[in-house]
Amino acid sequence: MFSEFLQYLFTGITIGATYALIALGFTLIYNASHVINFAQGEFLMIGGMATVSLTAMGVPMLLAIVLAVVLAGVLGVALQRLAIAPAKNADVVTLIIITIGASIFIRGLAQLVWGKEYHVMPNFSGDEPIQIFGAVLNSQSLWVLGVGSVLVAVLVYFFTRTLTGKAILATSMNKDAARLVGIRTQVVLMLAFMVSALLGSVAGIVVAPITFTSYDIGIILGLKGFVAAAIGGLGSGMGAVVGGLALGVVEAMAAGYLSSDYKDAVAFSMILLVLFFMPRGLFGAKVVERV
Amino acid sequence: MFKKITRRASKVAAIAAAGLLAMNVQAADPIRIGSFLSVTGPASFLGDPELKTLEMYVEKINKEGGVLGRQLELIHYDDAGNASKARNFASRLIRSDRVDIIVGGSTTGATMAAVPMVEQAGIPFISLAGAVVITNPVKKWVFKTPQTDRMAAERVLMDMRERGLNKVGLISGTGGFGSSGREQTLAAAKAMGGIEIVADETYGGSDTDMTAQLTNIRGTDGVQTVLNFGFGQGPAIVTRNYAQLGVELPFYQSHGVASDGFLELAGNSAEGLRLPASPLLVPESLPESDPQKPVVEAYKSEYEARWNTKVSTFGAYAYDGLMLAVEAIEKAGSTDKAAVRDALENIKGHVGVTGTFNMTPDDHNGLQANSFRILEVRDGGWKLID
Repeated sequence: MFSEFLQYLFTGITIGATYALIALGFTLIYNASHVINFAQGEFLMIGGMATVSLTAMGVPMLLAIVLAVVLAGVLGVALQRLAIAPAKNADVVTLIIITIGASIFIRGLAQLVWGKEYHVMPNFSGDEPIQIFGAVLNSQSLWVLGVGSVLVAVLVYFFTRTLTGKAILATSMNKDAARLVGIRTQVVLMLAFMVSALLGSVAGIVVAPITFTSYDIGIILGLKGFVAAAIGGLGSGMGAVVGGLALGVVEAMAAGYLSSDYKDAVAFSMILLVLFFMPRGLFGAKVVERV
Repeated sequence: MFKKITRRASKVAAIAAAGLLAMNVQAADPIRIGSFLSVTGPASFLGDPELKTLEMYVEKINKEGGVLGRQLELIHYDDAGNASKARNFASRLIRSDRVDIIVGGSTTGATMAAVPMVEQAGIPFISLAGAVVITNPVKKWVFKTPQTDRMAAERVLMDMRERGLNKVGLISGTGGFGSSGREQTLAAAKAMGGIEIVADETYGGSDTDMTAQLTNIRGTDGVQTVLNFGFGQGPAIVTRNYAQLGVELPFYQSHGVASDGFLELAGNSAEGLRLPASPLLVPESLPESDPQKPVVEAYKSEYEARWNTKVSTFGAYAYDGLMLAVEAIEKAGSTDKAAVRDALENIKGHVGVTGTFNMTPDDHNGLQANSFRILEVRDGGWKLID
């Protein structure tokens, strides 16, 4: 009985950590620009697919990972320079629609380059699962959790302790005022897209051994990540992590104790409930809109 | 300049001569074979090998003198997996191209969209799609070459019963393939008797972890074996989770993942699992006495030599469809539609790649569950069990 509960919990945490990592990427760009970047899932896909195809070409795993992350970073900058920057005076909704268009474009390109098949990436540290009290945990889950915690810590440090991080926050709060105090807001935006692309690709790489990877993996994982970010409160790093884990655990518990048919329904009802009673999410900042 | 003109002139002459020669061979009107396939779009993994197969065998038959002394002409449209396009193309094939027979319809949706037109026009139609609904209830003009998912379910349950495994835990995808497979498995278990589905779990098409469902199945009283009915990457994840959980029960997959791509995704965790599949996966391990062996081997080597890609079971459906059409036209002695239809319905013992076809007025598929072979994964490859 206990081992079953533990198994559901492990499953939930594994899925949840994946969602949390993706949610972090949303958080970053949202913080800088109030744009919800729907191409975030594509950064994830680029990370996984580029690593897989580079290792298939004989590049050592570690170098392949670095190259894939760099590729995603370049793509993030290109996305901001070529698609977002030219529309700098457009309102947020227009920019969000631009990111949707960009994600379709990137996905189409990936399908041409890499084909439509699913690909495997080996676990970072062996296929042997870890046994705890009769439940098993995929060793890759620990990687996801570990990398996730490190990234959260780095992000918190970045936003509260570094000048660049503060510049990003300032830009998000008031673009004109930020410009008046000498922040180059376009550069800040570019930076936010780049960092978020790096983050997304790292997430894509650590989860690929669990989820497999293919040109369209970004759609669903991206959406689930967005949902996690919304539950936690858009813009809050802590919220992204808690939202992701909560979503994953609720899904797994619903599949285990209720019915696997209803697990998505249960997860989505949870979102409705959270957003109904706490419209800014669990950890959302209390922002007062001045009229 | 002058050189160019003479060169061009000689080219034109050569083409004209070739044309004249060809016209001599095609003294009679060609037999027009119509087809609509999902060559692009989400079902291109079906339509692409099917079209390649039709093209190469129409070519081959023509080189060998055609059928009834007439050449074959393939008229083909790409429905891109879209049922309403399929319906339009079927109509165009019937009305403006005036084909003699249709071999096509990669997906069940495309096939069912074309069925009313075909039935109304009275033209023989051999579908390449899987679902039971295509030939059950029997439609006068509609035939099909792939086995149904009902047969796959029966074949798996038969193998389980032979091994004395009577209590089955079922896990299936919620997509079209998985949910239809689930229904057919439940129905087949009921019809066969002596075998019981004790657990019934599902997972979504894009789920990335199925350990919770498998833990539930493992905890079910008396469960002796597990069957996963699904398509795409889901079954590979189920297989990996199954191995991670260390479930010791014998494990079965459906024919939906009978491909080398699945072995690649599932890796070591697939070791020991069984599934029903076409003999095309294991031509070399078929016994010499197997009547399908030469057909399967020839198709595999010819396809791979011509296209330089791995043969697929889906292409084999098109091969069987074309060969059934050719046999029916030869038996009928003409392309008279009613005569060809009657001949199709009475084809007996036609050895194809998918199985041996025995058509009857009540069975427009003509295959039995045992046309599926049971394969087991051993050392990262397929091993023929039965």
